[in-house]
Amino acid sequence: MANLNASSNRPLSPHLSIYKPIPTMVMSIIHRITGAALYFGTILVAWWLISAASSEAYFEWVNGFFGSFIGRLILFGYTWALVHHMLGGIRHLVWDTGRGLEKETATKLAYATISASIVITVILWVIGYAVN
Amino acid sequence: MSGSINELRTPLSKVRGLGSAKEGTDHFWRQRLTAIANVPLILFFLWTVISLNGASHKDVVAHLSSPIVAIVMLLVIISGIVHMKLGMQTIIEDYVHSDRTKIALLILNIFFAFTMGLGACFAILKLAFGG
Repeated sequence: MANLNASSNRPLSPHLSIYKPIPTMVMSIIHRITGAALYFGTILVAWWLISAASSEAYFEWVNGFFGSFIGRLILFGYTWALVHHMLGGIRHLVWDTGRGLEKETATKLAYATISASIVITVILWVIGYAVN
Repeated sequence: MSGSINELRTPLSKVRGLGSAKEGTDHFWRQRLTAIANVPLILFFLWTVISLNGASHKDVVAHLSSPIVAIVMLLVIISGIVHMKLGMQTIIEDYVHSDRTKIALLILNIFFAFTMGLGACFAILKLAFGG
């Protein structure tokens, strides 16, 4: 604290920005971003549940918002974040057992996470429209 | 090693294994515990929401007030909120270095988690106990 200038002038060690993005690194970043997005997405879940517990009129209004173009876009993003974060989390649980940490396997898992998250999200929405 | 002049940790502190923050692996353990719980719980949540797509208020209330659905939905919220609170705490600790801002955000994180958690649980219970 006393010598703030001396420490702030120190050179930084190589940082995020100088590295070429690699699949595992990108998945790690997306995992954190989707986690943070889901944090705020909790507001949507609580809002939906509270509206159902409040009144029919209020529920219909909230439902109308979720059914609008913007609402659907937000929910689609929320679904993808949820699925991606879950798959990324399962990947972490596998790593916790000491498996799947080899360079090639980890890269394959990274590609599998992003592809599966998109495919599963689309399938979930197709089911959603089918049951409607 | 024990009793050596280079070892300042007491035998009791070693046995407890809680480290300097006195929490040991508590954060890690809860994070993984809720992560494992979240897999089936979030699948249940997705299934519930998707099956209720386009349903009327009456149908949604009827579905959510069934005891099994209400109980599992409460588990979804509790496990999800704990997991989310731990995750945001880590993000704050990683990126916010000024003590004042960090403590303020850590407090806000707890307030947010409790407000969302209690709000959602209250709504589920209200529905379950007959609206």
